[in-house]
Amino acid sequence: MTIQQMLAAMLPGMGRSFAIFFLTLFGSLILGVLVALVRKSRFAVVRGVIKVYIDIMRGTPLMLQLLVWYFGPYYLFGWSIKGWRFPAIILGFVLNYAAYFCEIYRSGIESMPVGQYEAADVLGYTRSQTFLKIIFPQVFKRILPAVTNEVITLVKDTSLAFTLAYSELFSIAKQISAAKTSFMPFVIAGVFYFVANYLVTFGMERLEKAFSYYK
Amino acid sequence: MVLEMNHIQKAFGDLKVLEDISLCVDKGEVVSVIGPSGSGKSTLLRCATFLETIDSGEILFDGETAASTPAGHDRAVYAGKAEIRRMKGLFGLVFQQFNLFPHYDVLKNVTDAPVTVQKRDRAEAEETAMALLRKMGLEGKEHAYPYQLSGGQQQRVAIARALAGKPDILFFDEPTSALDPELTGEVLRVIRELAEENMTMVIVTHEMPFARAVSDRVIFMSGGVIVEEGSPEVVLGNPSHERTRQFLKNYSQ
Repeated sequence: MTIQQMLAAMLPGMGRSFAIFFLTLFGSLILGVLVALVRKSRFAVVRGVIKVYIDIMRGTPLMLQLLVWYFGPYYLFGWSIKGWRFPAIILGFVLNYAAYFCEIYRSGIESMPVGQYEAADVLGYTRSQTFLKIIFPQVFKRILPAVTNEVITLVKDTSLAFTLAYSELFSIAKQISAAKTSFMPFVIAGVFYFVANYLVTFGMERLEKAFSYYK
Repeated sequence: MVLEMNHIQKAFGDLKVLEDISLCVDKGEVVSVIGPSGSGKSTLLRCATFLETIDSGEILFDGETAASTPAGHDRAVYAGKAEIRRMKGLFGLVFQQFNLFPHYDVLKNVTDAPVTVQKRDRAEAEETAMALLRKMGLEGKEHAYPYQLSGGQQQRVAIARALAGKPDILFFDEPTSALDPELTGEVLRVIRELAEENMTMVIVTHEMPFARAVSDRVIFMSGGVIVEEGSPEVVLGNPSHERTRQFLKNYSQ
């Protein structure tokens, strides 16, 4: 098997890895905001539920969570859902990453000096104006480095989908390597993850630079 | 009367910070509030500007009631949210720590509230802002960001921002306490100019010579009460209370 043939065989896997990456990023960045908002709920029960959710998501391996989401419906309720594999993967990834993003948002919001809220208050801004115009833009800049870290981890974590025998890049690399007794597929996969993260880092650095006009 | 605060009580838990304080400010009057730290002078300003709620008493701006304690109530009742928000346009507050918005340039710091909150025309707001910045000696700085300015310049931007809403009264909470000594002069000069233009102001300050020069009235607070009140010559030059004398003596040492 030539390298070109290997690449051709691995290409669909790269596409699937990308799909996991983008869907997770999109879903968890948004869900993270909602969780961060609900986390500050007036109701202690709601806050408690959110805390337990975050603790579980951060305290257990993502691989285990993926297995639970995939096999849970069958073992717990006897449901066998057709085509459940990919939704289970996305569900597992989004819920896990949203917990981390929620914590990043929270730390960013809590790092804002109280003087910013007071200045806005005295000037007559409403609560939503204060958040959207004064607080959020500054929080966004502050959390960028932490978000970059998470996104880089996500690129690599997409390989965990192999646990559920989903043929993303890493699963295919393993298959080809075993079938052809070749080391090459791992090299190709490694280069792919590295280049993907190089692009992520490059993009995020550009974004940070774009926000460096103020301190 | 621009500001009337009557029988203000305020406690944080068991700690009484303001005990039956009354402060009235006439149009064009400059009132300085002095006193040791923890005397309640900053809390008084924060109550006047709605950053803290009073426990009981009465606050009026231009004769309009913002908060009052009706007979039979033991806690103050505030006017509605919309009323309070509108009244925030009647005053400006300059903080010790400036609290400029770091992500906005100088011009936007000064114009954003008038445009966003008071729905003023942007061009008109910018014209007003440019005139204010000229007056503050900040010509040419309108597109600088706060981090590019010295503390004294930042505080002058903050004064311009507080004036941009065309308030009837301006509050200063130790406006020079966060500044290097060589930068306090430029800020005090600006405040003095405002006093000469008969801007109504309440200034919490530790700058005694400044308070003496600029004020129509000086209030000495200690332990949450007004100990002494009167003309700067009397309160700062010939105080009648031992507590005031002690404070001024410690101060001049």
